[in-house]
Amino acid sequence: MTFLPKPKLHHPKLAENGLGFTRRDYEGSISTLCAGCGHDSISAAIIHACFELDLPPHRIAKLSGIGCSSKTPTYFLGNSHGFNSVHGRMPSVLTGANLANRDLIYLGVSGDGDSASIGFGQFAHSIRRGVNMTYIVENNGVYGLTKGQFSATADKGAKSKKGVANNDEAIDLVAVALQLGATYVGRSFSGDKAQLIPLIKGALAHKGAAFIDCLSPCVTFNNHEGSTKSFDYVREHNAAVNFLDVIEGREEITADYPAGSVEIVRQHDGSLLKLRKLANDYDATDRIAAMNFLQQHHARGEIVTGLLYVDGESGDMHDLLGTAQHPLNGMNDDMLCPGSAALEKLNASLR
Amino acid sequence: MKPTDIRDPDYFHKVVDCQWACPAHTPVPEYIRLIAAGRYDDAYMVNWKSNIFPGILGRTCDRPCEPACRRGRVDEEPVAICRLKRVAADNKGDVHRLMPQGPFASNGKRVAIVGAGPAGLGVARDLVPAGYQVTVFDSAPKGGGFIRSQIPKFRLPDSVIDEEVGYITDLGVETRYNSYISSLKGLMDDGYDAVFVASGAPRGRELDVPGRQDSAANIHIGIDWLSSVSFGHITSIGKRVIVLGGGNTAMDCCRSARRLGGTEVKVIVRSGFEEMKASPWEKEDAIHEDIPIINFLVPKEVIHKHGKIVGMSFDKVEATYDEKGRRSLIPTGAIVQYACDDVLVAIGQENAFPWIEQDIGIAFDRWGMPKVDPVTFQSTNPKVFFGGDAAFGPKNIIWAVSNAHQAAISIDRFCQGQDINDRPPPGVTLASQKMGIHEWSYDNDVSIDLRFKVPHRDKEVSLVDIKTEVELGFDQVLGFKEAQRCLNCDVQTVFAPKLCIECDACVDICPVDCITFTEDGEEAELRGRLNAPADNISQDIYVSDGLKTGRIMAKDEDVCLHCGLCAERCPTGAWDMQRFLLDMAQVNPVPAKVEALA
Repeated sequence: MTFLPKPKLHHPKLAENGLGFTRRDYEGSISTLCAGCGHDSISAAIIHACFELDLPPHRIAKLSGIGCSSKTPTYFLGNSHGFNSVHGRMPSVLTGANLANRDLIYLGVSGDGDSASIGFGQFAHSIRRGVNMTYIVENNGVYGLTKGQFSATADKGAKSKKGVANNDEAIDLVAVALQLGATYVGRSFSGDKAQLIPLIKGALAHKGAAFIDCLSPCVTFNNHEGSTKSFDYVREHNAAVNFLDVIEGREEITADYPAGSVEIVRQHDGSLLKLRKLANDYDATDRIAAMNFLQQHHARGEIVTGLLYVDGESGDMHDLLGTAQHPLNGMNDDMLCPGSAALEKLNASLR
Repeated sequence: MKPTDIRDPDYFHKVVDCQWACPAHTPVPEYIRLIAAGRYDDAYMVNWKSNIFPGILGRTCDRPCEPACRRGRVDEEPVAICRLKRVAADNKGDVHRLMPQGPFASNGKRVAIVGAGPAGLGVARDLVPAGYQVTVFDSAPKGGGFIRSQIPKFRLPDSVIDEEVGYITDLGVETRYNSYISSLKGLMDDGYDAVFVASGAPRGRELDVPGRQDSAANIHIGIDWLSSVSFGHITSIGKRVIVLGGGNTAMDCCRSARRLGGTEVKVIVRSGFEEMKASPWEKEDAIHEDIPIINFLVPKEVIHKHGKIVGMSFDKVEATYDEKGRRSLIPTGAIVQYACDDVLVAIGQENAFPWIEQDIGIAFDRWGMPKVDPVTFQSTNPKVFFGGDAAFGPKNIIWAVSNAHQAAISIDRFCQGQDINDRPPPGVTLASQKMGIHEWSYDNDVSIDLRFKVPHRDKEVSLVDIKTEVELGFDQVLGFKEAQRCLNCDVQTVFAPKLCIECDACVDICPVDCITFTEDGEEAELRGRLNAPADNISQDIYVSDGLKTGRIMAKDEDVCLHCGLCAERCPTGAWDMQRFLLDMAQVNPVPAKVEALA
């Protein structure tokens, strides 16, 4: 925990983005999480991603539930909309907000307790409805705010700080998201921003339910020998399938790559996802193969990271519901009320 | 890249830019913290130990520290280091008690010093407490040298000089004022064990143009004129005054002339305004007193009628630069004329040693300067040492002080039969400042105040009396606020790779993006791929290997705010904030008792 605010002075050559903002303009107030918390690195990655994408801060809504992870929206995007909901209810609040105003960029931040236990159902339904959002789970496998009890994502056999093994089967949120139809699914690690930042950028540019499971070591309760969510363990068992570059705009990729080494996916907004393959046989556009790959490597004790699945042609909840293009919360009486003539006509049709 | 060796005293010393730039290596952040804490006596003594004349330098120093100040690279202007020194001097109590208390047991060695300026008095201060019998000779009636004769009283009152010269003479220096040394040989025949020559650069450069001799009564050599003004021999000047020259002496001349009856005073320089040698703040002060500075004019002729000066003419020139960037001033053909009643010539100073005999083993170079070792200050006669302006030509007070410490060490080692080329190393301490989880023994909250201006007395008042000091100095409140602008660059970020878990917390929190964890590489290439461009190559990259992932930690020292947030966010204590204190070696016993500092 740091008491002093971050000094306002910055590097004299701090870059500005297309909107004239610096990266510092995307920061929030000072974090009160434990020193070294992985969540702070994820916050920093979100700041980088929004800065690099030239996102106007006032067009972003950040929502969260309860837990260490859900505290973090205070620590980034200080000029964006925020909603700190009831435990596990972030997905529902986000869905409602999205229904009311489809024009904002929705960023849901949750934790393994918030999404895999109390809000498991909420999580599942927001994914299967295809809500247009970026849903990040900051996954540390423990309840940090209540002194480090195992959460539902803790691996079977992992040891607590006191040396007690976890006997329950772990929920793999990535596997669940794939099964429930998420159209952008990734996994990353708070200690690897080079991988995480592009993954968040791709998710923010994605239309539909984008889900990122981000392993985020709890330095206080889950960074010891025997933990499967520690910095050392994740680094040793990390099996990245690809390295992502997000290319904005509609420029074509002209460089030559050896056949099969690069996969390019065009998203709805025109952004291009350039995937440099690290695992030769991995196809990030094949959902079933992705699920199989995930299970096989999980059985080997490997943590598969990278952009695991993406559907470039995806739609979202509004497409499924056929709602108007104009945001519902911006409709006035004229737009909402068809008038007495229309009512008469409707009534007549029912007589 | 080669991992950084932080045990090399130079490494962290360079990070303290101000101290590194100070010729006397004054521990600047240390005394600024003491000022902020209201410990003016201690702040004064830290200065006194290093630079001997805190009150004088706090008004007049050329301040090489300020252009070096890190604050100037992250903010608009550096910390007002020089004027903070004055805050310590103005607000201190009785510091006499903190100085070495004589009489000192004699070691039987006698040292003669020629010149009671900053270099001469500096050597005296260092040698007397070590038991030397020191005699200082000066032709002037009082001590101080050019400090007293050249710097106008409206910048530096006599009381400040008297006080700080007094601290030295009170140690037990034998002073022989009003004693011009006309023969070095004669002095050496008196059996001194060593002689220190600190006679300055006493001769002003002559103006060599037609009409000069015909108007001699109204053409004055700047440094001689200032000296006469200083001692009260000259109290007036004509209404229209031309000052020739672009150095600080010219600035002192024109401002003095304004106070002695000059109503139309102008400074005329050969070079461009930007290339003038005068410090920017001295030029500002002159302009503030309604003195125009006219540039690119080369003196052509002094115009006179009936034996009386009427004006001067100048060739207008323009600067051209060849492909090597060397400047030449090319006449444009235009001639400019200005009327005047008096001319002050401040176009340079020269050394003069008519009193040093040819046959006493002291070699001079072809410019008439003594051959002096730049480290030991010994001349070709092993018993004779030079320092200050006498050694390397006109510089400023802080250089003279720095020379004095080194020359005193040499004289001491020489008199004790030790090798003078064997220089004693500085004393270095590095101590953690951690007090609690987020508590440090220094104030790590970075102030965002802009530099405060030193209050000046109104022109209406200050231009009337040449002895009225113009600058009022910071009061305690302003002094505190300005002190808080110091970034505490001496509180170093020290990295212990064995403890690091590479969680990136320090990288994320750093307000100036100076920390990067990355693959190793050659320095030039590495500088290009750090989190923020590290293109100030005068600033080091702190590199540490030994991390679990095989990467390196690379920290660009350039704009680090020393805010300590990296250490506060570090879960394992791999980063620590440690105060680096470097004390330059001086002659033993250490002349001052400085109380243990926080």
